[in-house]
Amino acid sequence: MSAPATAPTDVLAATRRRLWAALETRDEQAATAAVLGAHDAGVPAEDLLLDVIGPVQAEIGAEWAAGRIGVAQEHAATAIQDRVVGALAHRTADGPRPETGEAPRHVTVACVDGEWHALPARLLAEVLRGRGFVVDYLGAHVPTPHLIAHLHQTGTDVVALSSSLPVRLPTAHAAVTAVQAIGLPVLVGGAAFGPDGRYARLLGADGWAPDARAAARLLAVGPPRPRPARLPVDPPHLADQEYTLVTRARTRLVLQTLQGLEDAVPAMASYTDRQRERTAEDLAHIVDFLGASLYADDPELFTGFVTWTAGILRARGVPGGALVAALDLLADAQRDFPRTRAHLVAGRRALLPVPAPPSPGPHS
Amino acid sequence: MAGHDARATLMTVFEDESDRSRETADAKNPWWRGSPHPAVVADREGGVVEFNAAAADLFPRLGVGKGLDEAVPRWLADAHRRLAGPVRPPAAAAPAGAGAAPLRGSHDGRLLRAHPAESGHGDVAWWLVDDSDLTAAQDALCTERERHAILAEASTQLLASLNPDRCLEKAALLAADHLGDAALVISPPGMRNRSTVVTAMAGGFERTQLALDPAAVPGLAEALQGFPPVPARWIDPAALPSWAVPEGFGGTPGSVAIAPLPGHGVPAGALVLLRRSGRRAFDTSEEHFARLFAARAGAALSAARLYAEQARVTRALIAELLPPRLHHVDGVDFAGGYRTSRDTERIGGDFYDVHPGTDDGRDTLAVLGDVCGKGLDAAVLTGRIRSTVQALLPLAGDHQDVLRMLNGALLNARHTRFATLVLASVRRTGGRVRLRLTSAGHPRPLVLRATGEVEEVDTGGTLVGALPVVTSRSATVDLSPGETCLLYTDGITEARGGPLGPAMFGEDRLRSALSECVGLPAEAVVERVQMLAGNWVGDGPHDDMAVVAITAPHTTHLSAVNGRTRGRYTA
Repeated sequence: MSAPATAPTDVLAATRRRLWAALETRDEQAATAAVLGAHDAGVPAEDLLLDVIGPVQAEIGAEWAAGRIGVAQEHAATAIQDRVVGALAHRTADGPRPETGEAPRHVTVACVDGEWHALPARLLAEVLRGRGFVVDYLGAHVPTPHLIAHLHQTGTDVVALSSSLPVRLPTAHAAVTAVQAIGLPVLVGGAAFGPDGRYARLLGADGWAPDARAAARLLAVGPPRPRPARLPVDPPHLADQEYTLVTRARTRLVLQTLQGLEDAVPAMASYTDRQRERTAEDLAHIVDFLGASLYADDPELFTGFVTWTAGILRARGVPGGALVAALDLLADAQRDFPRTRAHLVAGRRALLPVPAPPSPGPHS
Repeated sequence: MAGHDARATLMTVFEDESDRSRETADAKNPWWRGSPHPAVVADREGGVVEFNAAAADLFPRLGVGKGLDEAVPRWLADAHRRLAGPVRPPAAAAPAGAGAAPLRGSHDGRLLRAHPAESGHGDVAWWLVDDSDLTAAQDALCTERERHAILAEASTQLLASLNPDRCLEKAALLAADHLGDAALVISPPGMRNRSTVVTAMAGGFERTQLALDPAAVPGLAEALQGFPPVPARWIDPAALPSWAVPEGFGGTPGSVAIAPLPGHGVPAGALVLLRRSGRRAFDTSEEHFARLFAARAGAALSAARLYAEQARVTRALIAELLPPRLHHVDGVDFAGGYRTSRDTERIGGDFYDVHPGTDDGRDTLAVLGDVCGKGLDAAVLTGRIRSTVQALLPLAGDHQDVLRMLNGALLNARHTRFATLVLASVRRTGGRVRLRLTSAGHPRPLVLRATGEVEEVDTGGTLVGALPVVTSRSATVDLSPGETCLLYTDGITEARGGPLGPAMFGEDRLRSALSECVGLPAEAVVERVQMLAGNWVGDGPHDDMAVVAITAPHTTHLSAVNGRTRGRYTA
């Protein structure tokens, strides 16, 4: 399975600009024309998928995080991207079978249950198809029982699971374990597994790939098949039950923290029900990430989330004080849980060097 | 432990006596002479110094002053030479008494364990323990443990997959690993009388489809019949057809056994084991083990085959019940989303359909509904309603007619379930889309305007399948480009969850979610509503949830979205 020749970078950059411009005006026709036009001009489909559509999608996410586009625009752009992928896939045939003469590897590509960001998985599916794999693409948020039923009923050799949200790590773990229990290897990918794939190892996945090309290379050579069915191995740190207890107490923690915030921040007294609920949703999100970082036993997961959230809030002109106050309130409520407390303290510390506005005066 | 104690005692005796004369001890006819364990004392040169009665029984040629070589097995005499020969410093000699690993060897069909005990001045006493029974028991235990582990492992591997092909592969690989040099698993003939043959050897396998003649291999026909069960049998390796010997096996096998894989009342296949000519043939206990393995493999294979068959039947039966994939129809965007109440199921009590209009002027008809109840029983009724509505399409110009006839059909059926639904006749004229909507006891559709305003469509009526007479009121709505009409089931609004403890998602949140979807394509609206409701319930229980978005596209539209037709531009 040789990788196709790549297109010159300036052509790719120009196509990205055209695609981005089309998405900004929600012009599906222009978006499709940009990508299919480049394909007509000889840019390989794989490059269009991974060097145009993929980076532009990342750009959409970055623009949303920076507060420059709204949720609706993000969704609209994503939906158009998905249609562009469909249009491109429609005109490209399945790739040539591997030269080795073996039967092509049959890969099932799916997103973890609760994972709605389907585009990375879809791009991988199309790249694999282009490289001669037989691909079953199951789409976003695939419940594990559906995935397993699919695997029993097809001749899948290997599963590729995608997840972007670390809060889905426990679900991803369940899916990885279930697939391995029926004797199939699982490759995982996506931001949920950490920048270096460290959570992939933690969950016992058979492989991790940082991007679609790496995944395709990995799938072309391994993991070996058939592999023996494996018994699940629980991460040892879960024995302290903190993950379970914190997750189970989610609603209570959110309520307590919300009340604490209301006592501490007078402005919140004038919140509408809707604003109050939004705040509660934000707090629930914090608790969910706390749960994920406890599950992964990695405070960096939590600090990463906290600093990212602080950036999101800053981009929207929301003062960061509430976030710090929320972490303090949560930490106070976790006196009996040393690991949880440590993660909260780490998150709190990550917020300390909040960049003060640059001042010309001398510092002490 | 007893042997160890005896040895220690003996050492003590020797050491206590070390500066006395040996003759004195000898003359006293020491107690150890009566030990049931044979004991022989020999000097540095290998001459027998003394021995007890048990030793005399074991080695009849023993005699004081004779050489050990003449009386005891060679392995023992050699060991004595090694131990007693060169004079070593006491430090090096000490371990012998401190529990060095005992020596083992056989004599006259018995297995003996020999424990040397050095006197310190050159004589060595050999205590011999007859280990035959213990060793035999230990060997049997080891073999059984190994087989038990193999069978447990085999069960894990075989039961892991409900996929018949993978199960065949596993069975062949395990058999090749543990029972023979190579193994074939042959499935009973299936389509076009072909059998799947998986040949495994040295960790690899190959699968072929063969139209084989079972009579060509002695015993194969019987093994493939599965019943009555036949014992594994030996066949002449020369009678094996060429396809049965894997490439690289290295010549004709030395021995070949063929065994049935007994299934659950259905033949699961046959197992053929090959061994190379250099290796010994299968013994009785190996045959017994092979039968145990075959029983497990057969059970797993037939379970996998039963599951595959059931899955095939289920797929065929629910194909018509699965929610359809919606796409662009006659210049209007449709998108649908469905989530069943239980993750293990694919169908439930909610349903939707979009029936394209006809050239003779019939509008496109979208239907979304909810049958009382959930799960399989409700799903079966959705199928009935969907086909009834399809049959009534020629009457779809009048929603009241459709609902009346549908009501009649449901009332006449034996079941007692009722349903709510909403009908939407859709027609595009120029850039605008006109909808005629009728709700039969169903949550009212919502319309998202370009301004972000969300309107509830003023339609209502009685549900169907419960009362002899149904009435309803239709409403007409026009959509400008980019505007969306949302049909949904109460699974969305009644979803319980949220950050502050179980609360209903409710119509207000749905409206507010929808108001953020201005200008979104239909599938993005559906996805957003599904996602928000899904996040709201989290991992909690919920009802079936169905959503359909009908969106008037922006003025130009590329309709290559269903992936079936080539792109074309519609004005």
